[in-house]
Formats: sequence, structure tokens, C-alpha cells
Amino acid sequence: MTTESSQPDHDQPRHARPGANGADSPSGPHWPSGWPAGPLAAGQPDGHASSGGAGTGTATVAGPETSMIDYVGASSPHLGSGPLLGLEARNVSAWFGSNKVLDRVSLDMQPGRVTALIGPSGCGKSTFLRILNRMHEMVRGAALAGEVLLADEDIYHPSQRPADVRRRIGMVFQKPNPFPAMSIYDNVASGLKLAGIKVSNKDHVVETSLRRAGLWGEVQRRLRTPGGALSGGQQQRLCIARSLAISPSVLLMDEPCSALDPTSTRRIEETITELQNQVTIVIVTHNMQQAQRVSKYCAFFLAAEGTPGHIVESGPTEKVFDDPVDPRTADYVHGRFG
Amino acid sequence: MTTDAQALRSTAVPAERRVRIRQVSGAGAMTLGGAAGGALALTWLLYERILAASGVLGFWLSWYVIFLLMYAAMAAMQWDKLAVRDRVASVALAGAGVLTCAIVFDQVGFSLARGLAAVTHVSFFTHTLANAGPLSPMADGGVLGAMVGTLEEIGLATLFSVPLGITAAIFLVEVGGAWARPVRTLVEAMTALPDIIAGLFVLAFAILTLGLQHCALAASLALAVTMMPIVARGSETVIRLVPGMLREASYALGSSQWRTVWNVVLPTARSGLSTAVVLGMARGIGETAPVLLTAGYIKGLNFNPVNGWQTSLPMLIFNERQQPDANDLARAFGAGFTLLLLVLVLFTIARLLGGNKPGELSRRSRRRIARETVRR
Ligand SMILES: Nc1ncnc2c1ncn2[C@@H]1O[C@H](COP(=O)(O)OP(=O)(O)O)[C@@H](O)[C@H]1O
Ligand SMILES: [Mg+2]
Repeated sequence: MTTESSQPDHDQPRHARPGANGADSPSGPHWPSGWPAGPLAAGQPDGHASSGGAGTGTATVAGPETSMIDYVGASSPHLGSGPLLGLEARNVSAWFGSNKVLDRVSLDMQPGRVTALIGPSGCGKSTFLRILNRMHEMVRGAALAGEVLLADEDIYHPSQRPADVRRRIGMVFQKPNPFPAMSIYDNVASGLKLAGIKVSNKDHVVETSLRRAGLWGEVQRRLRTPGGALSGGQQQRLCIARSLAISPSVLLMDEPCSALDPTSTRRIEETITELQNQVTIVIVTHNMQQAQRVSKYCAFFLAAEGTPGHIVESGPTEKVFDDPVDPRTADYVHGRFG
Repeated sequence: MTTDAQALRSTAVPAERRVRIRQVSGAGAMTLGGAAGGALALTWLLYERILAASGVLGFWLSWYVIFLLMYAAMAAMQWDKLAVRDRVASVALAGAGVLTCAIVFDQVGFSLARGLAAVTHVSFFTHTLANAGPLSPMADGGVLGAMVGTLEEIGLATLFSVPLGITAAIFLVEVGGAWARPVRTLVEAMTALPDIIAGLFVLAFAILTLGLQHCALAASLALAVTMMPIVARGSETVIRLVPGMLREASYALGSSQWRTVWNVVLPTARSGLSTAVVLGMARGIGETAPVLLTAGYIKGLNFNPVNGWQTSLPMLIFNERQQPDANDLARAFGAGFTLLLLVLVLFTIARLLGGNKPGELSRRSRRRIARETVRR
């Protein structure tokens, strides 16, 4: 932890925290707590809902400009890609059994900007990401300390149900994992079913989600075929669409492109860029170019020999890459170790 | 190079010859045939001239062993060690496969041959034994009553044992914890339970204590006791095979454990679960002892599953087999053949309900995709 004192950037975001709360965010749209219509229907700030897909062929349902989704039970404002919410980790530590793998990690993931987590393998990036949506606790023997705030609410507060937290903070995994027993359509709609969300216009939610994930044009003719019959890159975008269908405020991505070819990787990066104003994105990547291309903010994790992982340096991506404070960061981003 | 190209252009391009990868070479086939023939001759010599032994089974067993030895020896003369091992292993395995198929065909063929006199009469499938006396002709008497009994009993038993078995498997895999071990031990112990004990249990508990009638329902309870552990064991294996990744994906979408099991785990394991059900039914459908104690035997027809004695096919076989008349014997074998047919039908239904492996396209949807691709 001695290194942290040498990082002026590190705690700076914490002072700016009040601004992290969606409503004040300069880049995010302002969604009043009782937003009137389904936000998917109202159109995203820059109209991605209609331009995200390849746009070939005809839409089977009315365009997003005209129709509205009625989420039954829309009393909880997070249904729909409503307010852009920031996520902040404060002094998060993690253990597997008696093995401590994260040591007091603090990071402010502001809305409307993509945060990238970089670092050599085994330094706890995935663990940190899984802590952010309460997936960490599913592992037997896993424990943690500290707090994670989603717009000022601690997601580990006893009153928070893990399922509700995960509904608001979606996750895309390293290996594409569409449900093999379901069709493409059902895969996208599965989020609604699994999260127990009732919508009056499922077709529309499916189409919008697929468009936002940039997959609509490729699959609109075969929505009823198994999701497993797609290529790896398409499967991964299907998984992104599946996460988007329940309209999370935050989307966590754990090396989403590491199993994909360069073309699919580029498509996913485009998708991320298009989504960055709609959801708060945190992405783990081993690809330095990718981190530079997609992220605005960047955190470098490191676990030195036998010590738990921690953040060596975090700050705007350009600064971390071009003018890092810590020499280890410079070594890592220039490929000299890791 | 240019001359080559010109030559190619001037003559018509010949049709390509595909490389034949799995070609049987002459030497390979000759070795196989030679070893088989040589082994046959040697075995004959041993059996008929030297040892004066007899017995068909022993003859063919000796032939098989000698054949393998000869084949190995002949292979060793031509090929290197690795190739010899490879070839001998594949021949031995192919032999085992042929043997297995032969046994199945032998069973079906034998019961068909012996029961042919019975099953060629349509009346065999539409009549009961009610009017068939000791010496009545083949046109009288059939297995209708027993078919009804078997279907009712196995249907009810499946209805009881499948939900129970799958629930137990879900508990073992998805819930686990301290109680999983005793439950698994119990299920394993029940797999080895002698079936007549299951019959005695239902007789003592449901019929003599609770006052249930001797009937198909009672029989199905006994069958369910024998089927449940098989279904549970099979289901546990296939549910365990569902990748944990899919469960994680489901939880990450904000799902509860119950929804994850119902919407993700079970559909993914569906085709494997149908196999587990088939295995359970295979155990139950041929049971005689539990049925004997709980549903008994009548010659007539009884559709009512909750009242009155009822015959099942194994019971009918058991009874007819004890009669001295040749027609009765033929009916027993005919009933055996009917039972095999019934098993085939039930398994086919279970397979159809189980469907394709998840993610696999049925032939119809593959065609549809092809059609739509063309249209675009
Ligand atoms: N399920 C687990 N059980 C025990 N240890 C684990 C488990 N998952 C990860 N770890 C340990 O936690 C550390 C961090 O792992 P991880 O977060 O996966 O690293 P990264 O994603 O940065 O490569 C590693 O040392 C790893 O061995
Ligand atoms: Mg990782």
C-alpha cells in the first residue's frame, strides 16, 4: 500500500463522488426517478437503438421511435436502461479461504465512461469484477471486506438482495455462454424470465437488445434457431444482448474478446463504444490496444510475489499509458513484463 | 511451369479423385480372413479330433481366442509393434460389438421364433385369456389384458418415480450440503434393493396396513420404488454435466436458484434426463416379483387401475410358461416378444420427448435455415 501515496490520481475521484450519481453526470442523460415511458422506447441519447444493428432487412416490430415498452412493475426505476449510475469500490479486500487475493482496492467507476482494468493474470481482476455484482460470494470459501456503492447504496448492505444487485449490474463472461437449450430469441428473452421481469412487448425488447449489441442484422432471420449455432463472436454479442435485455445500469465485462478473432473483437469494441453513454461499463482486458481504444479510465492491478493484488495506478487512460507515475505501470503497458 | 499450365488448359480438367482415407488394403483383409479361417480349422481339429470336447459356446470361445492370437502373430510378421497393438485392439473391440448385437438379435429372434405361432394371429393382441381353456386353439386367447396392465402400471410408476428421482438428483447436485451424502448413500443402496423387497414393502405397508386394494396402483408403487433410484442416479450424472458457466450466466442475470434449475439446468440436461427415464422404465417394465405380490394375476381385462387384480406381461409369461400345452408356451413367447415391442415403443417416445441435444439442430430446422439463406 505504500505505493498508493505516490498516486495523486488515486483518491481524487472520491472527492468528485457526488457527481458520480447519474443525475449530475455531464455525459449521461437525466432520468428522473419516475421516468414516464420505457426508456428503451424513448430512445437512447444518441439513437443507437435504431442504428446499432447492421440495419438490413425489415424490422418485425414497430421502431423504437413509435412503440413503448410497458414494464409491468416499473416501480423500480432500474428496469429499463434508466439512470446512468456510477459504481464505487471502497477498500475492497477479498479472500479465497485463508488466501488473500485483493488488498484494499478502491476505484471509482463513473457513469458514461468506460473503465478498463489491466494487469497480469492472477492479480485479482476477475475477482474484483465479480465482487462488483456479488458473484464472488457464490464461490465456496470466498470472503470479502469493504464496500461497493452503486449510486450511494452499498450493494452489500444486508437489505440488498443479491439477485436484485445482479439485475442492475450485468456481467459478460470471458467465454461466450449462451444457453444451449434456447433459441437466439429465447436467449435474449431469458434475462427477463430469469429475473422475473414481465414485459408487455417482448419482441420489442429482444429486437432492441439485439440492435444495441450489434447483432440484429445477422440474426433477425433466424431468431428461432439455437444460440449455440452462432460463431464465437456472434455468441458473445448474443450474451451482451442477453445482459442488455434486463437493462442494467452497469455492465461488467471480463475479457470479453479473449476467445475471439480480430473481426469479432472489433465488432464488440464498436458495441462497447456505442453503449458507453447508455450503461456504465467496466472491462477487464489483456489487450493494451483494446484498453486504449475503448476506455477513458484505466486501473492497473498488480500482485507482487506472494502478496495480494492491489491497484498500482489508476487514472485517465491516456495518462496511464503515456505518462504513468509508477515505473511498473510503464513497464507493463509497454509490454516489458506480465 | 508455363508448359504445365498450357497442358492443363488444353486438355479438359480431369475429375478430381478424392483421397480414400479408410481404405481396406488387400493385405489387411487377407490377414483378417486368414486368421479367421486358420483359427476355425485349428479349433475344429482340437475339438473334434484331439480333445473330444463338445459344446457350441466353448467352441466359439476357443475360436475367438485362437483367432486373436493368430491375428496378432500374423500382424507381427508384417507391421511394427504399434500397428499390431492398434489392429488387434480394434479387432477385439469389433468382436465384442458383434457379440453384443448378436445377443440382442438372439433374444428378440428367439422369442419371435418360439412365439411366431401366437403373434401371427391378430386376435393375440385383441383378446384376453378369459376364454382360453387348457386346450383351446391359438386363435383363442391373447395378451390384451396384460398389455393394458403393463401400460397402466409402468405409466403410473413413471409418473411417481420420475419427478421423485429428478428432484432427488437436483437436491444432490444443486443443493448439496451435509445432507447430500446420506441421501446419495440411500439412493445407491436402493439401486441394489432386491425387487421382491419392494413388492413386500408395498404389500405390508400400503395394502395390509393402509388398506389399499391389490391393483395396478399398488403395483406401480412397488415399481416406482425400484425405478426411482435408477432415475435419480442417471439424472444426477447428467445434471452434474451441465456446465457451471451456464449457472453463473443465469445467476448473473439476477435469477434465483430455483429459476436457474428450472429454466437453464433442466432444459440443458433434457436429452440426458430422457435417457435416465428410459433406464428407469427398462428396470420397471420387466419386473415380475413386485407385481406378483401387489397386482396378482387374472385372465380377463381390468381397466381400473385402483381396483381389482390385474395382469402384466411378465406375469402372463410366468403363468403361461407353467402350462403344459404347447399353445400356452407359444403364447408365453409371444407375450415376451410383445413386451420387447412395447419397450421399443416406449423408448422411442421417451427419446422423441427428450429431443435433440441442446444446441443441436433438428433436420427440419437445418433445412429451414438453408431455405431462408437461399431466399436472402
Ligand atoms: N475459485 C477460486 N478458488 C481459489 N482461489 C481462486 C479462485 N479464483 C481465483 N483464485 C485465486 O485468486 C487470484 C486472483 O485470480 P483472478 O481474479 O482470477 O485473477 P485475474 O482475473 O486477474 O487473472 C489468483 O491467485 C487465483 O489463484
Ligand atoms: Mg481473469
